[in-house]
Amino acid sequence: MSGGSSDPVRHLLDIPDLGGAAGIDEVLRLTDSFVEVSERPIPKVPALRGKTVAWLFYEDSTRTRLSFETAAKRLSADTMNFSVSSSSVKKGESLRDTAKTIEAMGIDAIVVRHSSAGAPHRIAGWVDAAVINAGDGWHAHPTQALLDCYTIRQHRGDLRGQHIAIVGDIKHSRVARSDVLAFTAMGAEVTLVAPPTLLPPSLEGWPVKVSHDLDQVLPTVDVVYLLRMQRERMNEALLPSLREYTACFGLTNRRVDLLADDALVMHPGPMNRGVEIAAEVADLPRSVILDQVRNGVAVRMAVLYLLLGSGTGLVAPPAAPPIRTDPTPTDSPSAHTEEDPARA
Amino acid sequence: MPESPSIVIKGGRVVDATGERTADVVIADGRIAAVGADLDADRTLDAAGCIVAPGLVDVHTHLREPGKEEAETVETGARGAALGGYTAILAMPNTTPAIDSAAVVQQVLDLGRTAPCDVYTSGAITVGRGGEQLAPMAEMAALGVRLFTDDGSGVQSNALMRRAMEYATGLGVTLAQHCEDDALCGGGHMHEGEWSARLGIPGQPAEAEELMVMRDIALARLTGCKVHFQHMSTARSVAMIRDAIAAGLPVTAEATTHHFTLTDAECASYDPVFKVNPPLRTAEDVAAVKAGLADGAIGIIATDHAPHTAETKELPFDQAPPGMLGLETALALALTELDLPIQQVLAALSWNPAAVIGAGDTHGLPVAEGNPANLCVIDPEVTWTVDGAAMASRSTNTPYQGRELKGRVRHTILAGEPVVISGEAQR
Repeated sequence: MSGGSSDPVRHLLDIPDLGGAAGIDEVLRLTDSFVEVSERPIPKVPALRGKTVAWLFYEDSTRTRLSFETAAKRLSADTMNFSVSSSSVKKGESLRDTAKTIEAMGIDAIVVRHSSAGAPHRIAGWVDAAVINAGDGWHAHPTQALLDCYTIRQHRGDLRGQHIAIVGDIKHSRVARSDVLAFTAMGAEVTLVAPPTLLPPSLEGWPVKVSHDLDQVLPTVDVVYLLRMQRERMNEALLPSLREYTACFGLTNRRVDLLADDALVMHPGPMNRGVEIAAEVADLPRSVILDQVRNGVAVRMAVLYLLLGSGTGLVAPPAAPPIRTDPTPTDSPSAHTEEDPARA
Repeated sequence: MPESPSIVIKGGRVVDATGERTADVVIADGRIAAVGADLDADRTLDAAGCIVAPGLVDVHTHLREPGKEEAETVETGARGAALGGYTAILAMPNTTPAIDSAAVVQQVLDLGRTAPCDVYTSGAITVGRGGEQLAPMAEMAALGVRLFTDDGSGVQSNALMRRAMEYATGLGVTLAQHCEDDALCGGGHMHEGEWSARLGIPGQPAEAEELMVMRDIALARLTGCKVHFQHMSTARSVAMIRDAIAAGLPVTAEATTHHFTLTDAECASYDPVFKVNPPLRTAEDVAAVKAGLADGAIGIIATDHAPHTAETKELPFDQAPPGMLGLETALALALTELDLPIQQVLAALSWNPAAVIGAGDTHGLPVAEGNPANLCVIDPEVTWTVDGAAMASRSTNTPYQGRELKGRVRHTILAGEPVVISGEAQR
């Protein structure tokens, strides 16, 4: 788990592990150089030769896994895939046993995706290897947030002062949670746009504005960030219909004209064309969705390099995260510390 | 019964429902033979600086037997109970099979017969705790069951709960409810609020509990049935219970130790040792539960002792089972965390729960000549550090690991037999 504010951070479980704007900046600066590497005829450097990175994906993911795998291979790391869905590991096996088993093979980093919030945090407490959260339940997806920051910076120069609307199913979105932390840490202003049923039950302590009216918000934003609307939410009575969702919250051909000329359209993928984003809108020049994917590889190279390459891990400056989502218990006055795990 | 040597508990301060006094207590043949100054007997148990009280009684213990003996057995649970000062515990019916028939009631009672603590058992309200068909309550009541509950599966159907209450009035038994509206809980794993939103853990709102509290108060009014409310955890639940008691309805309520000592912020560790039902709530709720214990709205402290093996608590938070150990920490938590007179603490831990589970003829009685010698001797000043591995339970899932508490049981006497002496279990 994250140490004190001046200790090196060995894991990337969520954005606050980077220790605020300076830490995020460090990753983004390093990403610049790996973007350059990725543009070479032979996009490969020996930075992590001899290091082994394992994928522990409890949840299906093609894009994120491929992105991490490409990143690791461009750094010359060895990779192995602990394919959970096709192995004997099923829901119900001890996380600890699985993590310890992988570590026993001599792994330097474990990249974890899990449908349960907090699973990477628990694993980080049991292993010596670096743990990178590749998405846990509704909780966090820090490398997605970093690549989003990088992409915005690439197109807008800086995040400071940018007004970013995150639109859609915030409640169930790990991308939204990490994006809010990263964007606001970098000085952006964030407005969440969603029907109340798709907002978290409490936004206490979140430095964001909230709106239920996308038409009103769109003219004011520099970036509109659309979240995937999952069809299974229809079964939970969160919305009357996808059609109504699109009518109220979709970035339709009509709505896209409300945006300022230079405003960006972003999406973490995979898109539901025709639901949260009109097919034509996804292909407009202002839509930087493929840039996000491209930058994802370089950002993940930067993260892997920082955790494994320098030997010291990320150095977290003492800046406090803007939202107390950092699940290190010391954040809570009534939570316990590591030495005294039950103090209330 | 073979004649056993008489025992004197010497030098303590006796506290029971009748008041407080300094006195020695002599025990012979399973009963209290004398209470007074400067008494002697064959054997002496030192109680200098200690409180001598009726043995504690837990209205809510999960003994896991039959079905989950790897987590706890009647024997190990009862030993932990004795170490915690309990002389009587009420087994919960969520075993496998459920305690929903005379046969399983008999099995649990038989298992408890040799235990170092009297084991009472509850019975399920519905068959298999399934919430669809009434269990044979009269058959179970004939074996002495006085409290019926579906425990973790609160009876969802309004109509069925009404019928269960009506039926129970004919038997003179109490129905106890674990109040959670399942639909509103909707797969939540912690209290819904600020922390669940940040942590990305699905939550269950306080209102899921409160709706069922409200309903069962209404049904108690309709049927006249005695209703016991388990694990009241929210400020509004406590307020509703207070009003119901003031209105003269036959209701009682309990709070668990964790609901007056821990908040939902603990879940930030993602450690399922903090997962429990109902979930840990906010600091305001904790304060309200304490206030309810202070003003009597909540008259009982329960453990909800819920052992789980280490493997199951190493699952991710949303997959791990809810529940935490309680028997060996309850008294110390009450003494450490509640700023209440000792007699009020003991009322909530001994004679009030004894009455609710139908053990009031044997447990929680005043420390007076002729009464059964079910006693505990408490050192209120000693401090100690909680360690799950050192507990008698087969499981170690205490949320208080490493915490320093004040007050501990020195001796426990069950039917005249010292089952704990100087903090050591005797069998």
